[in-house]
Amino acid sequence: MNGAGVRRFGLGLLPWFGAILLWYAVRWSGFVNVSLIPAPHQVAAKFFELLTTEGLLIDIFASTRRVFLGVALGILVAVPVGFLLGWYRPARTFADPMINFFRALPPIALIPLVIVYFGVDELAKLVILFYASFFSGVIVMYEGVSQITPLYIRVAQTLGANQAEIFRKVIIPLTVPHILTALRVALGVAWATLVASELIAAQRGLGAMIQNASTYFLLDVIYVGIICIGLIALIMDLILRKITARLLVWQDRAIA
Amino acid sequence: MTKRAQFDKVSLSFETPKGRLKVVEDVSYDINDGDFIAVIGPSGCGKTTMMSMLAGFQKPTTGKVLFDGRPVAGPGPERGVIFQEYGVFPWLTVKQNIAFGLTLNANHVPTAEREAICDHYLGLMGLSDFANSYPKHLSGGMRQRLAIARAYAVKPKFLLMDEPFGALDAQTRSNMQNLLLKVLEAEGKTVMLITHSVEEAIYLASRIVVVTARPARIKQIIDVPFAYPRDESIQERPEFAELRSHIRQLVMDEYRAQQAQMRPVSFSE
Repeated sequence: MNGAGVRRFGLGLLPWFGAILLWYAVRWSGFVNVSLIPAPHQVAAKFFELLTTEGLLIDIFASTRRVFLGVALGILVAVPVGFLLGWYRPARTFADPMINFFRALPPIALIPLVIVYFGVDELAKLVILFYASFFSGVIVMYEGVSQITPLYIRVAQTLGANQAEIFRKVIIPLTVPHILTALRVALGVAWATLVASELIAAQRGLGAMIQNASTYFLLDVIYVGIICIGLIALIMDLILRKITARLLVWQDRAIA
Repeated sequence: MTKRAQFDKVSLSFETPKGRLKVVEDVSYDINDGDFIAVIGPSGCGKTTMMSMLAGFQKPTTGKVLFDGRPVAGPGPERGVIFQEYGVFPWLTVKQNIAFGLTLNANHVPTAEREAICDHYLGLMGLSDFANSYPKHLSGGMRQRLAIARAYAVKPKFLLMDEPFGALDAQTRSNMQNLLLKVLEAEGKTVMLITHSVEEAIYLASRIVVVTARPARIKQIIDVPFAYPRDESIQERPEFAELRSHIRQLVMDEYRAQQAQMRPVSFSE
């Protein structure tokens, strides 16, 4: 790593140190009952304990898999649907109010119905996460696709491209950035919905772990769960950003 | 001289909430093989619409637009178009942009030949050093050179240019004009250039079509008396200055007429 890389890394790390310091400061300030705030080192110790003896990795895996499957399925459907809505104005006029209605519904509000129709198994959680990622992804897709300029299509036509070639060589490359944005947005929403989906009688998973811990007032476990969710979401986002940077080297971006 | 393109009593109008808007009215002229036609008129007069019909993006309301004797049915690779906004594909490198047309079924260029064609135009347009760069790294002039290279690569019989140098600074613009003359000399094409610069029209074209304020009608068709190859020295000649003031007068008259119309609806070109 070169000098600039080290500095950027250090700069990115700094706020985390700040947050931990603040955490200690709040704990020692005396304004809050110390028993309500486990110290960072206690949470770290709990993390290793859960990791080695309680199978924290199984919870992490269960949650990550649910998010991953939910987002993958949601985006798989959102991409063609969002594309159609963005591309064909009549389709948008037709479906827009409907999509906005469902998008405005918080997935948590649907949990009772999901339990009734899909039970309390893995399928029910998948349905909630699918719902959350589909509706957040579809909006991003169709907003993006509807803003594709017709200029490039005209250019391709004057060079002799037929419909299939225009789709393959012009529309798909122009759609890729919107697919990636949709994925990022959906991932964010899906992690936010995860805990809610794991409230449906989940055996394992970070949401379930937090839920169980709250029953026994195990604050340090709750902290571990929350931090894990945040970290995994962060890592997924970083990976996606790396992929985006690789696929979209051509884009004119202000950030270096 | 074979007729490449013909405008035969062409009119185009469309309905607006404020009534029928005539954009082009009763326009007839022929473009022969090897002609360099410049269409000049006040901005917003409908000259781009004229080009757009020949390119195949718009259909005349009445009359016929013919290319090689057949009515224009849509865009096609035999009529290359250079857009004012360049339209280089940002997701492709410079070389991939030039190769784009060559990879299309309609042009059936054998894979083995593509490389040579790309290299030829990269060199001709002075883009060899940027072959693997993305357009975001190019200046405006380079992007327009790339757009021209890409259009040329599929060997169109006819080149339609819509104010191609309008967005460039004066220096780059005059360089591009010289480059265009050089390339035309080497490759010989029929060109229809839409412009609002009188100097550009005289310097480049063999014939100038002056059109009226909207609706665009033909005001005058002027033959430019300078032989090709041309260089910048013709701009110092007294005939150049005479022609310039004559055409400028025609365009200014139309500009005033346009101001006088004071139409609330304005159409950007």
